[in-house]
Amino acid sequence: MRSLLFVSIIFLFSFSNQVAAQKVQVFTFSDFQDIVLDGESPLTVVNFWATWCAPCIKELPYFQSLDMEDDRIKVYLVSLDFKKQLEKVEKFVSDKEIKSEVLFMDERDPDTYLGKVSPDWSGAIPATLFITDLGKKYFHEKAFSEEELKSTVEKYLK
Amino acid sequence: MKRTFILVAGVLSVVALLFMNATKPVPGYGIGDYASDFELPNIDGKSVSLSDYKNAKGFIVVFTCNTCPYAKAYESRIIALDKKYASKGFPVIAINPNDLVKQPGDSMDEMKKRASAKGYSFPYLRDDSQAVAKAFGATKTPHMYVLNKEAEGKYKVEFIGAIDNSPNDAGDVSETYVEDAVDALMQGKKPTITEKRAIGCTIKWS
Repeated sequence: MRSLLFVSIIFLFSFSNQVAAQKVQVFTFSDFQDIVLDGESPLTVVNFWATWCAPCIKELPYFQSLDMEDDRIKVYLVSLDFKKQLEKVEKFVSDKEIKSEVLFMDERDPDTYLGKVSPDWSGAIPATLFITDLGKKYFHEKAFSEEELKSTVEKYLK
Repeated sequence: MKRTFILVAGVLSVVALLFMNATKPVPGYGIGDYASDFELPNIDGKSVSLSDYKNAKGFIVVFTCNTCPYAKAYESRIIALDKKYASKGFPVIAINPNDLVKQPGDSMDEMKKRASAKGYSFPYLRDDSQAVAKAFGATKTPHMYVLNKEAEGKYKVEFIGAIDNSPNDAGDVSETYVEDAVDALMQGKKPTITEKRAIGCTIKWS
């Protein structure tokens, strides 16, 4: 029931005009699966990051541009920050005027979801999952340069 | 003649291996593999190898660093592991593999400061060439490996991954993966859980 509520909130958000910085939504992994797997964009891009992760912060703007400038792409930014630091994430998102959807993962043991996102994920971040509208998943446990991200996206959109 | 051939073949295969390593990193150790010994400089100026520990029954090897928030979140639990298990034959060996250009806060000097401020009771080694991290297949800090010493020089990998089921809140732990693995080995049993993943900071490769 609760997850249903979250899902509907996200639906409302996705229909609203994305001008203001996003609110940070707290999610469990199963909520996350429901939303991400139901994506209707040709390519859904899920970037796992944290405010404490320097290489993550560096690549965030590239994901932002993708989300804002390319209609074929939907980006989710999943924060793996410490549970007690939700406020820090909210402040970061508003300071940096992040407009993509930011989800805050609320799970105690990362092992419960890391392997489900990808068997190739050792747990290091940054990490990014690309899902095509045919349900194909591609996972990269690495930081992207802007060019690399663009060419990767083009490859998976074909 | 035959000897020269073997020598040439040997050199060629080493070159081939090096080349393969350069293009594609090896996946590292899996459960049941034997870890190779190493020799790395410690914060006290000496160098440390697994073979130095004549009375050890095994090791808790952790790739960690000064700078990663998850490494810091784990730190007091790593210190506690050494306090609990070093005397029982399973000492902690901490290894810092981060590149110093990308992460100057992980220099030997900074490591010394951190270890003395926090009271590390275990060696804290620098893996400047990152060869040990690559051999193990470590990808992040912190990244734990429990080794069982079957005989001199035979260090079997018995557990890989997370210290417990609540990496970011020590107060919320209900499963202690590393402790359970070491306890099992001390009783001559195999660990029930051999791999668990946690979030960490990507090792800063040079």
